[in-house]
Amino acid sequence: MLDNLNLLVLAPFLNVQLLVDGLFIGAIFALASFGLALVWGVMNVKNLCQGEYVIMGGYFAWYMGASGIHPMLAMPVAAVGMFGFGWVIYKMIISRVVEKDMFTSLLATFGLAIVIQQALNLAFGPEVQVANSGYSTHTIPMLGGSITVAEIRLYSFLICCAFAGCIIAFMKMSRMGQAIRATAQDVRAAKVMGIDTEQVFAFTYALNAAVCGVAGVLISMIWVIQPFYGITHSIRSFVVVTAAGFGNFPGVIMAAFGLGVAEQFGGFIFGAEMQQVTVVGALLLVLIWRQVQMSRHRQAVQ
Amino acid sequence: MTSVADERGKQVEPAARRMITPHDLIMFGAIVLFGILGPLLFPNYTFQIAVLWLMVLFAQTWDVMGGQMGYNSLGNIFFFGAGMYICAVTQIGLFTDVGAFTSSTDQGTFNFTPDQYYIGVAAGLVFAAFGSSLLAVALGWIVFGLRGPYFAIGTLGIALGAGELVGAWEWVGGGGGIPIPVYPGSGDGKSFFYYCLCFGAAMATFIFLKWLYSTRFGLAINAIRDDEEKAEAMGVHTMRHKTVAWAISAFFLGISGGLFGNMTGFIEPLEVAFPAPTFGIFMVAMALLGGKGTIWGPVIGAILFHIVKEATWTYFLGWQWVALGVIIIVNIVFFQQGIVGWLQEKYPSWFGIEVEERSSSAKEAAE
Repeated sequence: MLDNLNLLVLAPFLNVQLLVDGLFIGAIFALASFGLALVWGVMNVKNLCQGEYVIMGGYFAWYMGASGIHPMLAMPVAAVGMFGFGWVIYKMIISRVVEKDMFTSLLATFGLAIVIQQALNLAFGPEVQVANSGYSTHTIPMLGGSITVAEIRLYSFLICCAFAGCIIAFMKMSRMGQAIRATAQDVRAAKVMGIDTEQVFAFTYALNAAVCGVAGVLISMIWVIQPFYGITHSIRSFVVVTAAGFGNFPGVIMAAFGLGVAEQFGGFIFGAEMQQVTVVGALLLVLIWRQVQMSRHRQAVQ
Repeated sequence: MTSVADERGKQVEPAARRMITPHDLIMFGAIVLFGILGPLLFPNYTFQIAVLWLMVLFAQTWDVMGGQMGYNSLGNIFFFGAGMYICAVTQIGLFTDVGAFTSSTDQGTFNFTPDQYYIGVAAGLVFAAFGSSLLAVALGWIVFGLRGPYFAIGTLGIALGAGELVGAWEWVGGGGGIPIPVYPGSGDGKSFFYYCLCFGAAMATFIFLKWLYSTRFGLAINAIRDDEEKAEAMGVHTMRHKTVAWAISAFFLGISGGLFGNMTGFIEPLEVAFPAPTFGIFMVAMALLGGKGTIWGPVIGAILFHIVKEATWTYFLGWQWVALGVIIIVNIVFFQQGIVGWLQEKYPSWFGIEVEERSSSAKEAAE
């Protein structure tokens, strides 16, 4: 561990490498976390199968890649497919737990996560998969060493930024975006104003699934996917949203970048097998920090 | 918790729960009878029935927090794993060097004599129970400022993180796991020995909790469930009660972990000791299926759940997890009060709950 720290001090270009990787990955985390922040803020559902949606999106890309179509083209397919899937799930399950207390939604989506994991496992097998994008990797000399940047990571970063921009614009300008924001502020008032909140909930949940699907397509190309990797992605989203507070979009982006970078450095310093511990550790730290913050006002985190 | 039915239940519950009704005695008698006759009638299923008793214990200990105190933990499995590892390390560490034992590729490097084995198991279970309780007290400092979903996510994080951390800890075998000392006797003898311990542990948990819920402590944790701020205002030291309740859960879970580790004979961090997505979620599902916040709910839920689980395992191999997930979703979404909760609403007199005419007619009027 100390050796690794020493290495970071001796070779500054490694820091840059980790930072860049962290930012590229963090952009994708931001995408998935934004979906969670939306669902959490609008309908007060803690969606614990967030990560499973990401992995499902990844399997779209992998499947298309395996059948000879470029995985990048899977993105619209995954978005539309996951949107439909999210809509169906909302109508079947989520619409019945929106009104109940929050633990109900947490547990129901956890059950859903188990079903999705196992269905993916039965359909595609438990092997670790990667969708091969075929883009090249560049080496940039810098600070007495050289950092490598895979083209695909750069593209995915740009796509994330573009996608995030689209979502912000959609929320700000479109009629549906207005309805979503109104519902997030006050469901009853929105109903009184003639907004079909049921429709808004269904759309929000489906949009979340679609955003996760897009994030999954990118993750399958720059990282790996496996039916049981979803839980880590779910926890990442929870870390980011808990740290940022829902409805705070710039906060979500900053927290996601922070988590991405922290994870890269944690994985490097403590060893690759500790990367998941870094995520969970970040979660606990965020929760403790929030508690300290709240206890100043003699309140609990709820 | 706003419906009239709930209000009515709460009014008379404290007095009722002190009583042991005839139904309690019949149920308890039936379970003890099954516990004794089960392994005699179905000797091939002794291991499965022993696991059934552990499941009953899981559901009951989860209900201390989730049902009676309103703190829904998704990470109680942490104490199961902690107990398992504490027990194993004690069993090995009393007589030989743990680091050397776990790292040796040849498992026969150290042979335990029967005396050493039994002393090791006894000491291991005691350490597991108290060690897990201590861990619960320590973790209580971290998580009890969290409420509702944050508490659930935080505890889930603890369980997942613990599995990964133990996997990286070479002294206790890391990801490769530890072989547990071998039982000095026949296979049948081993399964009978651990069957008795598992059955005893589950029954001890039941009797202890039945007593606990009839005391002031039981009322205090119910008050925390109903409204924590008001409970605190009434002078209930909430932090202390919450910590003690978690320590009680952890005490019995630690014992169950030690027993399960010895029964399987080989422990490993992710699949056996800290299986948050399987046992960790089963304990919640079982308590909810039976009806949380009741004394019999977790017991009945666990028995039913285990039978269904084993049946799907045998007949729908490959689809068993999908079936379990569907059971959880259907249970949560459509049938949240659980079996016993539903019965309690339908036939309150079975549970010694006397419905006052006035409040029940008020309920009808409200409907």
